[in-house]
Amino acid sequence: MREKKLRLIITFHTTTAAMAFEKYCMANGLPGRLIPVPTSITAGCGMAWMAAPEDRPALEEAIQKDALAVDALYEIVH
Amino acid sequence: MIYLDNAATTYHKPQSVIDAVVEAMQGMGNSSRGSHSGALKAARTVYDARCKAAALFGCSDPSRVVFTSNSTEALNIALSGLFAPGDHVISTDLEHNSVLRPLYRLQAEEGVLLDFVRADRQGCVDYDDFEVLIRPETKAVVCNHASNLTGNMLDLDQIGSICRKHGLLLVVDASQTAGCIPIDVEKTGISVLCFTGHKGLYGPQGTGGMCIAEGVEIRPFKVGGSGVQSFSKTQPAQYPTRLEAGTLNGHGLAGLSAAFDFIAETGVEAIHAKEIALMRRFYDGVKDIPGVKVYGDFSTDDRAAIVALNIRDYESGEVSDELSENYGIATRPGAHCAPRMHEALGTAEQGAVRFSFSYFNTEAEVDIAIDAIREIARL
Ligand SMILES: Cc1ncc(COP(=O)(O)O)c(C=O)c1O
Repeated sequence: MREKKLRLIITFHTTTAAMAFEKYCMANGLPGRLIPVPTSITAGCGMAWMAAPEDRPALEEAIQKDALAVDALYEIVH
Repeated sequence: MIYLDNAATTYHKPQSVIDAVVEAMQGMGNSSRGSHSGALKAARTVYDARCKAAALFGCSDPSRVVFTSNSTEALNIALSGLFAPGDHVISTDLEHNSVLRPLYRLQAEEGVLLDFVRADRQGCVDYDDFEVLIRPETKAVVCNHASNLTGNMLDLDQIGSICRKHGLLLVVDASQTAGCIPIDVEKTGISVLCFTGHKGLYGPQGTGGMCIAEGVEIRPFKVGGSGVQSFSKTQPAQYPTRLEAGTLNGHGLAGLSAAFDFIAETGVEAIHAKEIALMRRFYDGVKDIPGVKVYGDFSTDDRAAIVALNIRDYESGEVSDELSENYGIATRPGAHCAPRMHEALGTAEQGAVRFSFSYFNTEAEVDIAIDAIREIARL
C-alpha cells in the first residue's frame, strides 16, 4: 500500500466541482490528483483532491483568486 | 485497465451496439413526430426496442414498456405515481438510494408510511418478515432484485406470491439483474419492473425503462409533448405515451435495441453462467487470504456477479486507489449509494471495495486481481 504521510486533502460538494477543480489545476500547472474521499473525512462516495501540504499556499491562492468551489481543506495522514 | 466495476456501468459494449448508435446518429428523425421517412425510422426503432424489452422480460404487451433515461428515472416515475398519503410501503435494507431517496421523500412530503425488511450481517433477509410487516394500509412492496453491494438476490417468486396473496403491488429494481438473470414479470407477478440500459444489458448510458403490468395506473411524473392528441389539455392516458412526454433518446434506444439482440443471441443463462464463473474464480482466490473479509452470501449461484470485500482495517478508498494506481484495476470503494446495506453489514465506516464482473472479462484478468489483493493484504 501507498506510504502514509501528511497530505493536503481538498473536498467538494459535488463531482462537478471536483471536475472543475481538476481542469483548473491541470490548465494552471497546479499539483495534485483526484482520489476517493478519505473515510476519516466523510463516509460515503465521492472524490477529493490530494496534494502535498507544501502545495497548500499555491492551491489556496488559486481558490481565493478564482473563487473555486471547494468544500474544505484538511491536512491529514493518508 | 482491467475494468472490474461493471455494477456501476459495463465498460465493454458489443460492437453491434456501438454501430447501431453511430448509424442512428448518421440520420434519424424524432419518434412520434411526423411520418416522413426519418420520423418513421425513429418510430420503428423505438417500437422494435419496446418489443424486444417486452420479450426479454416476459411482458405480453409492448405498449406497457415505457422508456426512461435510466432506472433512477423509472423508479421515480413509478414511486411518485403510485402512492397516496396514508399508503404503507414495505421495502428492504438491500435498496439503492434510487429507491430509498424517492421513498424517504414520499414519507417526508406525502405522508407515505414506510417499513423495511432488515438484512442480517450476510446481507440476507427472512422472507417471513414481509408478511409480518403487512397491515391494512399496505399498498406495495418495493424491492431490489439484487444488491449492488453484495450481489445477493431476493427471491422474487416468494415475494411475488406474498404480494398476490395480500393484493399488494410489487415494484422491482432490476438495475443489477436485467440482462444477466432471467426475469418474467407476468409469471412472477411484478407490477412495475424498472431497468437500466447501461449495466447488464450492455446498452448506452441514458437508456432505461419500466414494464408495467395490466391494471397498474401510474400518474405521470412529467407531462408535455407527445406527438398525439395535441389539442387535449392533459397527457394522453394510454401507455407508453402517458409516461413518455418529450423526445425520447432515440439514438440511445437504437443502441439499446441492438443490445437486446445481443442478449437474446447470447442468452441470459449463458451470460449469467460466464459472469458467475468469473465471480467464483475471484471469490475462491481471495476468500482465504489472511486479512481479507468478503461480504454477502455465496452459498448459491442465484446472485449477481459481485464480490465486495475489505482488507484488514484499510480504508476501502485507499485500497481501491492502490488497485487503480499500481495495478490498473478499476473497482468501486465507499458506500455504493447503499447506506442501509452497509449499516447491515457493519461497513458504514470502512465502506467496501466492490469487484463486479461482466461477460467481457477474462479469467486472466481475474487472476491478476487475485494476485493484487494477495500483495496488498501481505503485511
Ligand atoms: C440496485 C441499483 N438500483 C438503481 C441504480 C441506479 O441506476 P441508474 O444510475 O442507471 O439509474 C443502480 C446503479 O447504480 C443500482 O445498482
